[in-house]
Amino acid sequence: MNTTVNIPGLSLKNPVMPASGCFGFGKEYSQFYDLSKLGAIIVKAATGETRYGNTTPRVAETSSGMLNAIGLQNPGVERIVAEELPFLRTYETSVIANVAGSTVEEYVKVANGLNHSVDISALELNISCPNVKEGGVQFGTDPELAKEVTYKVKEVSRYPVYVKLSPNVSDITTMAKAVVDGGADGLSMINTLTGMQMNLKQRKPIIANQTGGLSGPAIKPIAIRMIYQVRQMMDVPIIGMGGIVTSEDVLEFLLAGANAVAVGTANFQNPFACPEIIEQLPKTLHQYGFSSVEDAIGKGHVT
Amino acid sequence: MINKQLLPIEHIREIAEETFEVVLHSEISAELKPGQFVHIALHGHMLRRPVSVADVDANAKTFTIIFKIFGEGTRALSQYQQGDNLDVLLPCGSYYPVESLSLDHALLVGGGIGVPPLYYLGKTLQEKGVHVTSVLGFQSKSQVFYEKQFQQLGDTYIATNDGSYGTQGFVTDIIQQLDEPIDYYFTCGPTPMLKAVTNQLQDENGYISLEERMGCGVGTCYACVVPLRQNPKESKKICKDGPVFSANEVMLQ
Repeated sequence: MNTTVNIPGLSLKNPVMPASGCFGFGKEYSQFYDLSKLGAIIVKAATGETRYGNTTPRVAETSSGMLNAIGLQNPGVERIVAEELPFLRTYETSVIANVAGSTVEEYVKVANGLNHSVDISALELNISCPNVKEGGVQFGTDPELAKEVTYKVKEVSRYPVYVKLSPNVSDITTMAKAVVDGGADGLSMINTLTGMQMNLKQRKPIIANQTGGLSGPAIKPIAIRMIYQVRQMMDVPIIGMGGIVTSEDVLEFLLAGANAVAVGTANFQNPFACPEIIEQLPKTLHQYGFSSVEDAIGKGHVT
Repeated sequence: MINKQLLPIEHIREIAEETFEVVLHSEISAELKPGQFVHIALHGHMLRRPVSVADVDANAKTFTIIFKIFGEGTRALSQYQQGDNLDVLLPCGSYYPVESLSLDHALLVGGGIGVPPLYYLGKTLQEKGVHVTSVLGFQSKSQVFYEKQFQQLGDTYIATNDGSYGTQGFVTDIIQQLDEPIDYYFTCGPTPMLKAVTNQLQDENGYISLEERMGCGVGTCYACVVPLRQNPKESKKICKDGPVFSANEVMLQ
């Protein structure tokens, strides 16, 4: 079974990669399995400077999912390039760096900083983090801002840019079109949906930040719908994500139009989620009558 | 190195109000050190639940966990039966550095569900020939557990908030009346108690163990961080760098 996928900057042995923020910079999960099994790795977000993040509690379990409000905690782009990314060199897998910021200038600074790394193959532009006060999701809900930040990052980066879209909008196709007009090489979708959960005993939201990003199987139908809508409109490469737990879920994303997929919350439930999905995928594709991954992409569209 | 294992429940019983003791069989039980936790997956739940190790029987290749029902996850865990398998990540987190410490007298201070890891610690200290004194706090009589077990380690004092058992008040009220000098204290419990104890014993050497809502439990997701006392802009991960910290290392929130 041919599971390879080729999209800008990424020649993948299989379409499965851990999602940003759910895998750190790879070290911890390397004790469980050989990271070379992965199609790629999307590492944790980088900002211009060290960022502490939000106060705790930062996570809460929900029905079929979880809320998080980490707040983009990270050591800053310089230290990530110098201290975190070189570790992944020893593995035969592609690395995608996640770029975050509060201003257009900060996004550009991070993209410039990542130009100094030889350990990555592409950028994922995070214009959709719902958990920071400034920037973040604001860039992901205003088409003009989204287009501008995409354009400015594309202008400086030597790597292909995948823009990660927020689902917290009324029309996802408007946002997709805006970032493609801005020069995006591909899309990554979807980020988390803004949610809230109450602590009954304390009579207040569980998460200190009050709101958090909802992820996990609860949001999968929304991701599938949005990828389908964007794929109907354009031929742009899409990395799909949102609640993937099984190889059947991966096939569903491929049918909706994703070229590759990322697995997030499932890693927390099962550290072996990614390699187990990768092992199962050829059987699942075969079972449903496909001869390769490429063969299944976009085949779920009703004409 | 953390392992993922499917472990059979050898026994499960309620030892105090909504408080359960579970004995699990694992070939690597002996690798678990005092202060470490295991991260347990539950059917129908996205997130695992961290539970500290209360005891290890190296010969029988078993270990004991004790947990209290706090929400849906721990309620689900309480409904498992003998013979059922639990999907467990182990061993997780840091441990009390018993091997590298030189001490004659240890004070253990536990509050509520912070009591269990101190039992395994106390047993390990006793085997080293350390004199152990324990001060344990609970909300009320119905919640008290492991008093006899602690008594076998040394002098044991119980405080209850409502005075229904032992001394009425907090663990700090009992500590105030202890006059024997200690070399180290070890404490685990709710954050207000940890604050009060570390404040009261600020001139002593000590270790604390923290709890927090966790995501991955292995150090990747940054859900369970705690700021450093020296530099609050830097933090440690409770699941990976902790749950055990030197008493002055982190800022209790």
